[in-house]
Amino acid sequence: MIERLKQINPVFLVLALLFVAIAILSPYFLQPTGYMNFLKRAAPIAILAVGQLYVINSGGFDLSAGALVTLTVIGSSILLDGDASATWWVVLVMLGVGVIVGTANALVVSWLKVPSIIATLGMMITLSGVALTWSGGAPRGYLPENFRFFGRYLIKDVPLIKILPVAVIVMVIVCAGMWWLMHRTNYGKRLIAMGDNPKAALLAGVPLTETRIIAFVVSSVSAVIAGILLGGFAGVSTDVGVGLELQAITAAVIGGAQLLGGRGTVGATIAGALVLQAMFTLLNILGFPKPIRDVVQGLILISAVVIAGYRRRRSGG
Amino acid sequence: MTGDAIFEMKGITKVFPGIKALDSVSFSARAGEVHALVGENGAGKSTLMKVLSGVYQAEEGEIFLRGRKVRFQHPLESLTQGVSVIYQEFSLLPDRTVAENIFLGREPTNRFGILDAARMRRETRNVLALFGDRHRFGPDTLVSDLDVAQQQMVEIAKALSLNAQVIVMDEPTAALNDAECDLLFQLVEDLRGQGRSIVYITHRMREIRRLADRVTVIKDGKVAAAFDDVPETGQIVEAMVGRDIGHFYPDPATSDEVGAPVLTVHGGGNARLFDIDLELCAGQITGFAGVQGAGRTALALALFGAEPFETGTVSVEGQPVSLTSPRKAAKAGIAMLPGDRKAEGLMLMQSVRDNGMISARAFSNPLGAPNNTSVATLDQMDKLFDAFDLRAANYEVEIQSLSGGNQQKAIVARWLSLAPKVLIFVEPTRGIDVNTKAVIYAQMRSLAQDGAAVMAISSDLPEVLGISDRVLVMSDGKIVAEFGYGASETEVMHAATEAHLGLETS
Amino acid sequence: MKPARSRNLMAFAPFLLLMAAIAVYVIVAVLTGQTQFLTVENLLGLLGRSIALGITAVGQTFAILIASIDLSVANLISVSAVLASSIMSGDPSMMLPAIAAVLAVGVVVGLINGLIITQFEVNPLIATLGMALVLQGLLSATFNNFAGEVPEEFQVFAYGQVGGISISLIFLIALTVAAWVFLRFTRAGSNIYSVGGNPDAAKLAGMRTTRVVIMAHVICSVCATIAGLYLASRLRSGAPWIGRDGVYDLESIAVVVIGGTALSGGRGGVWGTLMGVMIFSLIDSIFNIAGVDAFAKQILRGIIIVAAVAVYAVRSRRIEA
Repeated sequence: MIERLKQINPVFLVLALLFVAIAILSPYFLQPTGYMNFLKRAAPIAILAVGQLYVINSGGFDLSAGALVTLTVIGSSILLDGDASATWWVVLVMLGVGVIVGTANALVVSWLKVPSIIATLGMMITLSGVALTWSGGAPRGYLPENFRFFGRYLIKDVPLIKILPVAVIVMVIVCAGMWWLMHRTNYGKRLIAMGDNPKAALLAGVPLTETRIIAFVVSSVSAVIAGILLGGFAGVSTDVGVGLELQAITAAVIGGAQLLGGRGTVGATIAGALVLQAMFTLLNILGFPKPIRDVVQGLILISAVVIAGYRRRRSGG
Repeated sequence: MTGDAIFEMKGITKVFPGIKALDSVSFSARAGEVHALVGENGAGKSTLMKVLSGVYQAEEGEIFLRGRKVRFQHPLESLTQGVSVIYQEFSLLPDRTVAENIFLGREPTNRFGILDAARMRRETRNVLALFGDRHRFGPDTLVSDLDVAQQQMVEIAKALSLNAQVIVMDEPTAALNDAECDLLFQLVEDLRGQGRSIVYITHRMREIRRLADRVTVIKDGKVAAAFDDVPETGQIVEAMVGRDIGHFYPDPATSDEVGAPVLTVHGGGNARLFDIDLELCAGQITGFAGVQGAGRTALALALFGAEPFETGTVSVEGQPVSLTSPRKAAKAGIAMLPGDRKAEGLMLMQSVRDNGMISARAFSNPLGAPNNTSVATLDQMDKLFDAFDLRAANYEVEIQSLSGGNQQKAIVARWLSLAPKVLIFVEPTRGIDVNTKAVIYAQMRSLAQDGAAVMAISSDLPEVLGISDRVLVMSDGKIVAEFGYGASETEVMHAATEAHLGLETS
Repeated sequence: MKPARSRNLMAFAPFLLLMAAIAVYVIVAVLTGQTQFLTVENLLGLLGRSIALGITAVGQTFAILIASIDLSVANLISVSAVLASSIMSGDPSMMLPAIAAVLAVGVVVGLINGLIITQFEVNPLIATLGMALVLQGLLSATFNNFAGEVPEEFQVFAYGQVGGISISLIFLIALTVAAWVFLRFTRAGSNIYSVGGNPDAAKLAGMRTTRVVIMAHVICSVCATIAGLYLASRLRSGAPWIGRDGVYDLESIAVVVIGGTALSGGRGGVWGTLMGVMIFSLIDSIFNIAGVDAFAKQILRGIIIVAAVAVYAVRSRRIEA
């Protein structure tokens, strides 16, 4: 029994403790509007984090995700400029941009052999440049109501939970899809094998380039989806995506993902994203100024890695 | 040869969590002798030497150096008192020069704290001079430009520059070809002549016969036998294994077991291979001999598509195939078991099952269920593991917790799931103990009997001769000779080196 | 199997890239008829615009040489600039205490980075990223605008000249020479290459590798604080965003890599880094002369970083993530 307890990823325990703390400090959190709003705010970072996990498990980093979120929001608002009839094709265009960006990242890593941290850093700088050039440096245009539906709309009068934000539905569907691909398909096993030892995976017949392309595309598409949600509830700004790639990496690491590949699960990564969001909520309730979030994020990032390393060494793995 | 012991270890006991690695072991060496330390992998040889050098501290026991009791807390302390250990994995920096490597961490400086490069060079030259003119490199050569044998000389030079009186060599010939081995043996004899004492860890009988003055056999952390001379090979092996190992190599293929050609190469060539004409037959084990760099590994990599042929044609069962990537080669029915298991074969953090299933998963629908692929199911994989007697706590543990032999079995199972027609074994028993070696040989034979064409590449010549039905000798990227079963080491070695020398003089 | 030729070529790669950048610069200047840019002073002036990046990158070279990396430099630059200008508050007599305090912060941050990496075996990317977040959070929680003011005497660091050459440029070159002498001619410098190249070998040779790692991180952090002092001197005051706006963390890594220092450690040096800084400044000026739009400039910059690194990576033929 105790052995089994030890096997449970501590991230779930931490998450439970945080929920208890928040509930005690702010009973509003126990109301459906309270926890549903929490989940709604956590949705983009959870989606981004799982997307990032694909790249982390493949043995790399995707630093371009945050810039892609910004580009999605800015680009959609310029393309749409309030025209509700254009929403669907703009969403499709943006997802297409995600596929292109992800493929480009993967090909630069695979063909040019550039380390992913540099390749996606270049992509990050490039995408911010595109967003700035396109918008002229300040947000333009405006997002129609049906675009903001995904991020903002709440389905009311749902039995038991009263309200259900569309963002939460999107999160559940997208994350379920990514969970299936990672943990229930041959592709997912190839991905993790490649992150563990690329040379051995290659010699075992794993098509590395193809596997990497899909990982980066999943990450980029998840960034576009996160951007659509954020555009819905946060509105248009040029810094909407700043630092999100680091939050996504932090969430994955809190969930126990091994940097440079080979180990990491979707469930724990979602829990990691919720821990991060819960921590921010808690700091808010306690009245700390916003920058303190960064301090806390930094500290838990380091402690998560320290604890994971300690557990691994103790289990002799 | 006799005299007082330079060092003496008495009643050394070393405990690791869960196991007693050394149990009251005593060991010593005198000036001017080569003391062979023999035992299977995991018997405790390396642990004993790490206790001697201060990497590990023993729980019980005493160490005397020139009669004085010592207790080394750190390898640096033993180094400065004349004990040098040369590990199998060299501790050299590839991007630095020979001189910088020899003086690693103890570079001479002048009174301003600035490195005295001239003195480093001078002293390096002095040390290298002890090798006569056999080294063919200077203090300023980059280590990455040296071959394995030369790198080993740098390691020895490092020991000599510290004026080591005790030099421990941990399986020094593991990566050397025969010519390089001879050179090493001469060096070891020189060192003995200079009055140093050498502890020589090996499990090759030939080397013991050639070099050793005394032999100590370790088994399961205890001294199984200590001989004051070099006894019969059988006596040593029996002490090592604890029983008579009997039939080590399986019988060769009978003529009706050998079937039609499976793989045919015509005029294959690339940067490292020339004019390769080759036929591998079903049911037959074809061994490849040759010196380091002769092209055996290059041939394996070419056939497996990792470093493809640029010219020539290859066909499998009469069908022309294009082997431009490992994936294409595998699809054509060719499998390769890489020589460096850890770097090229294993996904260390994944389970035994995941390691076994990876190729089946790589060659079936990417969106399909991983435990029920169109190539193999998890049940079938488990049965393969069972059939190979793969020993693990369970098949879900991470593969890094298994012994080398069991890891090798998992990789063999991985490829068998694809039912390959050609199986290429590169260094199939590297780092595997004697008992498991016999199991692997038997496995190779039974794969051949099941109709596969088996190709065996090994730097251990007796192994190649022992398991192969025919032996092809390579030199300078070409196949230069062919022998049937039962060829002698000398004639094969002769063929491997003669062409080589001929080319050099022309 | 490993031809020495390709390695030698690699050693010259930063130089060749620099020459290529200069050639493009000259061609663009001639084509656009702006030959007034083609003077030695102008080339030196180019480097002068990248002093902060140069100082930071020299420090980053140490971190990368030991196969580590430091993502906290940009935020440390902000901390240092804000701290310096608020301690000085326009009072020349507070200059020395301010400098001492800032350098001490650099030492402490480097020590902590090094200790987290060596004692807790935390991946350096994560350790320094965490440090970056902590520094930025603490700083932004305390300051939200320009804080304090540096006295005129201190502005000499950024604006002063000796014999027509700016003091800051002389400082950068002196720093590079000092770093080169340290790396090339002292045992401690040699240890940095050894630990970066093969930590196990270094350990077996009796080297105290954790000390070497910590030392490299301290040097890196101290350089970042000096860059912060320089920026405070140039901007006459420190603000909590100046480090991040300059993207000094990522840019310093990029110029180090373009300068030929391997991300895997143990190979490279500070002269390459200085060339990398020059290449970056040249690219900037080429865009300026050619009249490229500021945002488009950023796009090209991203592409060029990747392309330059690809020049090194393609040759090394390894399977890399």
